[in-house]
Amino acid sequence: MATHEASAATDMLPQAAGWNSIVTDLSSDQRAFKNVPWGKPMMWIFLVSDTFIFGSFLISYMTVRMSTTVPWPNPSEVFSLTLFGNNVPLLLIAIMTFVLISSSGTMALAVNFGYRKDRGRTVALLLATAALGATFVGMQAFEWTKLILEGVRPWSNPWGAAQFGSSFFMITGFHGTHVTIGVIFLIIVAMKVLRGDLDTQRPGFLTGRKGNYEIVEIMGLYWHFVDLVWVFIFAFFYLW
Amino acid sequence: MTNADGQYLAPPPEEQHGSQGQQHPLGLYFKIWGLLFVLSAASYLVDYFHFQGLLRWSLIVVFMLLKAGLIVAVFMHMLWERLALLYAIVVPPLLLLVLLGIGALEADYTFLTRNTFFGTVSAAPAPLR
Repeated sequence: MATHEASAATDMLPQAAGWNSIVTDLSSDQRAFKNVPWGKPMMWIFLVSDTFIFGSFLISYMTVRMSTTVPWPNPSEVFSLTLFGNNVPLLLIAIMTFVLISSSGTMALAVNFGYRKDRGRTVALLLATAALGATFVGMQAFEWTKLILEGVRPWSNPWGAAQFGSSFFMITGFHGTHVTIGVIFLIIVAMKVLRGDLDTQRPGFLTGRKGNYEIVEIMGLYWHFVDLVWVFIFAFFYLW
Repeated sequence: MTNADGQYLAPPPEEQHGSQGQQHPLGLYFKIWGLLFVLSAASYLVDYFHFQGLLRWSLIVVFMLLKAGLIVAVFMHMLWERLALLYAIVVPPLLLLVLLGIGALEADYTFLTRNTFFGTVSAAPAPLR
């Protein structure tokens, strides 16, 4: 079973020529990334820059948490919810994680059906992704409200190190903004697919470029990145 | 692309339009999706069962890296991209490890200085009365 899957995976891989292919690509004329639609490297480069932004946030969070002499509030207790009289640790955050992972799955499927030119399913999956994203933002708003009502501020909180609030609002706020922008982006792409813009190659309203199904994959890159950032926030901020 | 006389020739259509798009069997996505769920549940259980210390941190980091790897490799299709693109995207963020090291050193120093100058009463010997 395992060997069968492994061979299937290697069949899907390009013929690896190793370092030679990298050197040839980068030293070649006109285009470095052969056969890659230009929008994809552009989105990837944007995502690399975003990686540095979130990386800097998480590293500064590490710095303030390591350097404070006051005990850090225990996230497991801070983010617990009372359910049927039981105190369940981190419940809301766990649900948010599952919602975001579900949305990543529907996004991956949307990209797949897009390339199959299955418009109906692509639109449905894109809208499902947007709905899950909106749910995530809603739950985040609930979490912020709860914490603010409990007295958490960027400069103080009832449980310990003051830096907890500033790190929390900065990191989750920036991530939530990314999810919100992603939801808007998803709805725009879903409308384009629904109208058939990508089949008729109708020029985009902002860029004037011909529509095609690569934009669904590029949208997908952004959405998966948002999920990827959450993986790191979940590990370092909520679980650590 | 040039012919024998050095004149420019238009690339064949499939090259002009770039790749034909990433097309993989649906089952693969469902498998990865399931794995991501399992890994998320596992990292939640680390907190639920109150694992502490080195065990907790190593489990969190391992589950995190596995999830991140699966998302980038399969959902973002990095596994099937050209090596030149893969290295151009994946290598630069490793620079963050340098920032991580600098941050850790600086934080250690700040912690020491804070303890020296504003040390908590509990850390210092009780004053004689």
